[in-house]
Amino acid sequence: MSFMFTVSPGFSPAHLSGWYIFNTWLQKQTELAIHLELHDNFHAQTEAIKNDNVDLIYANSFDAAMLMRDKGFFPLVKAKGKSDEAIIAVNSGNTVEDVAHLEPGTRVAYTDDPDVKMMGMIMLEPADLDATNIESVVANTNILVAKKLLKGDADAGIFLAEAFDDLSKMIKMQLRVLVRSEISDIHHSLMIGPKLLDKREEIQKSLLEMNACDKGLGVLNSLGFDAWEKVEADEIEFMIDLVDALSM
Amino acid sequence: MISDMNPEDIVGEFKEVTLDLYNSVSRKILYTDIETPYPDGKLIVSTTTPEGIIAHVNSAFIQMSGFTEEELIGTPHSILRHPDMPPAAFKDLWNTVIKGDKWQGFVKNLRKDGGFYWVKATVIPNVRQGKVVGFTSVRRKPSRTKVDECTALYPPMF
Ligand SMILES: Cc1cc2nc3c(=O)[nH]c(=O)nc-3n(C[C@H](O)[C@H](O)[C@H](O)COP(=O)(O)O)c2cc1C
Repeated sequence: MSFMFTVSPGFSPAHLSGWYIFNTWLQKQTELAIHLELHDNFHAQTEAIKNDNVDLIYANSFDAAMLMRDKGFFPLVKAKGKSDEAIIAVNSGNTVEDVAHLEPGTRVAYTDDPDVKMMGMIMLEPADLDATNIESVVANTNILVAKKLLKGDADAGIFLAEAFDDLSKMIKMQLRVLVRSEISDIHHSLMIGPKLLDKREEIQKSLLEMNACDKGLGVLNSLGFDAWEKVEADEIEFMIDLVDALSM
Repeated sequence: MISDMNPEDIVGEFKEVTLDLYNSVSRKILYTDIETPYPDGKLIVSTTTPEGIIAHVNSAFIQMSGFTEEELIGTPHSILRHPDMPPAAFKDLWNTVIKGDKWQGFVKNLRKDGGFYWVKATVIPNVRQGKVVGFTSVRRKPSRTKVDECTALYPPMF
């Protein structure tokens, strides 16, 4: 029997190969056949979850709610010291100094990542901007959001902070950050589904000990962090309430 | 318990008023005209028991309110009640969340130093296994236009 592992789309492309390396490591540790399937967009991933084609997932806070409440998933771990944050940036030639000075009709570029979009829209509220008075410019990736700003096809862009930080120096030089969120309570978590629940403790233990050996640490570094940290269901419930409140 | 405010904690010239809080508690409030601007990109988060006693605060809450975590945990949330806030706003808040719904509004909060800060607040019930085990409030930065509207609107409601 083979299990399906997926990673929520929207992560920085710099870590793409890291997830494959991680999956290889995980299969060795657990002696389970685990297949990593990355979906191109959130819609495809949601379909896979609905059809019970996911057993292990590195999920964002939006999906965590559905996975825990409707699909019987449990959280295992999160990346230590990491949280999901968003950035609002403009072309460096733009004269706007403060988000609050953006005007109705502003063309805002963003990806279909629901967490990031939500955090970004909240940071636009001080300018009295919302879905009804901005012009949406949807882009497939964070890099394409940057390109929209560089080409003048959008006035402001919403980025996953980590993906923005990983943009090339050349691109970043031509952009200016207006605001970066400091929420710290919203994060991805690795979650395990009903078919793997009997292995929950064993897998969690391996993950928590992963940074103790050089090989494991190397794999973690290719994902952009140094260790996993245990996550309890309570913490995810708290995060779900937070996101629920922010979605209003 | 909520104690009276201490003149030694107050920064700047202050006015004095006595507020009647829930449960026949009255509190002497010392307040100033000094506004602390809401920090960009941050959320102020707190969780209460079903009775409105503070159970958890994040670091932005501590920073903006000026209280220490020890002073906040175990204290009624009305420790932030500003005299310019109409009581009707909080009545509406409680009526809404007790029904299990979400409440949203603009709130002027009192700092330990007598100053104030405006927030856009959302309060939601924390439902676990079908039971309300507490409430969470998440505040974000309000727009100046909204704050000005509330400033104009709130005082006449008394
Ligand atoms: C989760 C939660 C957060 C609250 N946050 C605030 C707040 O930031 N400021 C405030 O004045 N009241 C807040 N309240 C309302 C207070 O409980 C209280 O009703 C209000 O301060 C008025 O005081 P009173 O009810 O004693 O008259 C909050 C209530 C809840 C349930």
